[in-house]
Amino acid sequence: MSLPAYTGTLGRVWHYTFLAICGFVFFLLMAPILVIIPLSFNAEPYFTFSEGMVRLDPEAYSLRWYEDVLGFGEGTGANRGHEWAFAARNSIVIAIFATLIATTIGTLAAVGLSRPQMPFRRPIMALLISPLIVPIIITAAGMFFFYSSVGLAYSHLGVVLAHAAIGTPFVVITVTATLVGFDETLIRASSSLGAQPLRTFFKVILPLITPGIVSGALFAFITSFDEVVLIYFLADADQKTIPIQMWSGLRQQISPSILAVATLLITFSVILLVAVELLRRRSERLRGMSPQ
Amino acid sequence: MNTLAQPQTIMIDGVPLKDQLAKAERRKQITAFLLVAPLLVFIIFTFVIPIGNMLTRSVDNPRMSELMPDMVESLEEWDGKELPSEAIFEVMFEEINRNIETSTIGRVATHVNYNMAGARSLFLKSKRKFKKISGPPYKEQMIAGDKRWGEVRTWRIIKAVSDPVTAAYFLNAVDRSFDAEGNIIQQPEQKRIYVTLFLRTLWISALVTLLTLILGYPIAYLISTTPPRISNLLIIMVLLPFWTSLLVRTTSWIVLLQTQGVLNDIMVWLGVLSEEGRIQMIYNLNGTLVAMTQILLPFVVLPMYSVMKTIPLSQLRASQSLGANPVITFFKIFWPQSIPGIGAGGLLVFVLSVGYYITPALVGGASGQMISNQIAFHMRSSLNWGLAAALGTILLVGVMALYWLYDRIVGIDNMKLG
Repeated sequence: MSLPAYTGTLGRVWHYTFLAICGFVFFLLMAPILVIIPLSFNAEPYFTFSEGMVRLDPEAYSLRWYEDVLGFGEGTGANRGHEWAFAARNSIVIAIFATLIATTIGTLAAVGLSRPQMPFRRPIMALLISPLIVPIIITAAGMFFFYSSVGLAYSHLGVVLAHAAIGTPFVVITVTATLVGFDETLIRASSSLGAQPLRTFFKVILPLITPGIVSGALFAFITSFDEVVLIYFLADADQKTIPIQMWSGLRQQISPSILAVATLLITFSVILLVAVELLRRRSERLRGMSPQ
Repeated sequence: MNTLAQPQTIMIDGVPLKDQLAKAERRKQITAFLLVAPLLVFIIFTFVIPIGNMLTRSVDNPRMSELMPDMVESLEEWDGKELPSEAIFEVMFEEINRNIETSTIGRVATHVNYNMAGARSLFLKSKRKFKKISGPPYKEQMIAGDKRWGEVRTWRIIKAVSDPVTAAYFLNAVDRSFDAEGNIIQQPEQKRIYVTLFLRTLWISALVTLLTLILGYPIAYLISTTPPRISNLLIIMVLLPFWTSLLVRTTSWIVLLQTQGVLNDIMVWLGVLSEEGRIQMIYNLNGTLVAMTQILLPFVVLPMYSVMKTIPLSQLRASQSLGANPVITFFKIFWPQSIPGIGAGGLLVFVLSVGYYITPALVGGASGQMISNQIAFHMRSSLNWGLAAALGTILLVGVMALYWLYDRIVGIDNMKLG
């Protein structure tokens, strides 16, 4: 947004005011995330910058909270580190299985929904996306009663199914988006060359929609990985995950270890975000759209 | 396929082309549907049925039919005008005795007591009084034991609470209740909390929507008008919070805003505030508003951006070259074309914020609580599941109405995820 030469003084003033406003909004978006990273290296058990940190005194920084979390430090709690490792393992296992289920059936559904012959497309689509819209507390309450009555509450399977259900809309949305403008002639070309529908799917359709599938899967993964309310209602100590551990930490006695966990999670999200962005661009290249 | 040519084209095998095409079309429909079917079945079983099941609890009232089935049945025939007959008294006598034997009389008493103060003692006292009654007539002896058995009002209340379907939870959810005569009355002043809470939820959602729109519009404009090299970076800055754990962002706000937090420290250090004058910026309505606005901002920026990038910048230059100043250009050219984006983003944020739970629970304190928090409270702490279900039903109906509106105006297909 460079300014044209004919811009008047008022225009210039406005332009810079505008940029300042935008700068402020971006600051608002980023600051809460960025502030937590240096604080997690605080040597003191406080949630604010100590004087030493402001002076960049290396003494004021330490890795003690990370040692706490990862479980090889002295630790303040009896076995806090062990707890986080246990939660991390649960989080990852649950998220992986939920993602697998959500991605498989979500992709199939997206392929079906993108067929022009799909009957009742609109209401079915609305139903399939609804887990994204229905307030999580209602979903959690409903699942709590139902899963208790069929014996799925307080089990890994129950949590996986619940997480898969709220993850599917993301897969449906991203894969359907990749299929928009999908060249139907490719399918006919493949058939006319003698390929069975299944072969067409694996050889022609799948490679083209892979970026959409992967980014949908990442969305489903992060949804499960970050989910706390369903766990709060459906799980007990055996299914404790990182978010629920943070949740109880924040509600009871907030410990600086949480900041270390938060920093680790931020790093994780940056990796996922970069992966999704790269996939999106690849997908646009594959489909012959110019990258934006 | 009725656009196809006249009378009938008969294929070699003697079947009309039209029929063959229709058949092929139907087969394609079935294939498409079969592809969707696994997910549809999965969502119905793991999501739709559980929620439907929960909703029925909002009107479900099984307690009396479980504990006193015969009594409930015999009261069905009673017209409620004058005292029930001897036969009904006898059934009641036996049902109470049976519940005394199974030690469930306390549950009956509690249940009736919800609608009739003192009903608890009426039932519990019968443990002692009924021992003296050895045979008929039950009516007189029961009334002699406690004269409330001789009041039509008592029987009406028992009949009312025995109904397997009840509107009581819904009435409770809108601060109303039944009085003894079955009329709907307002709850006493200090118990009227839910209507206020619903209104506050709408108010918070509206404020959050407005704030996200005001903050999001400039940056969506900036992103859509800068060259890709810069705008790609800016989009990543919008997406990063979107991908960061909700709990992490809420934690950040606690760290930033609490009284001993970073922001207060900075202001004390700058001398704006005194050490004693630190401001309470979190654990109240303000905390909910600030945190929710930041958390939902990406949801409004992305739809606005995707609409704005379709507005050709050449139109803006054309307008300026025709003599319009930048202000007029913006309001005549850019603004009208960006309205669909505002609608899409605003509606999405509103829908999402109406059901918000985690952030208000963690940073909302007492004044920043929303309806979801109250539902969670009744689910987990007070265990009044009927009320939780009734509040949930009202919330769900509201959200579904907004969702329907969103689908009509924006279309679910146009939902963007980065």
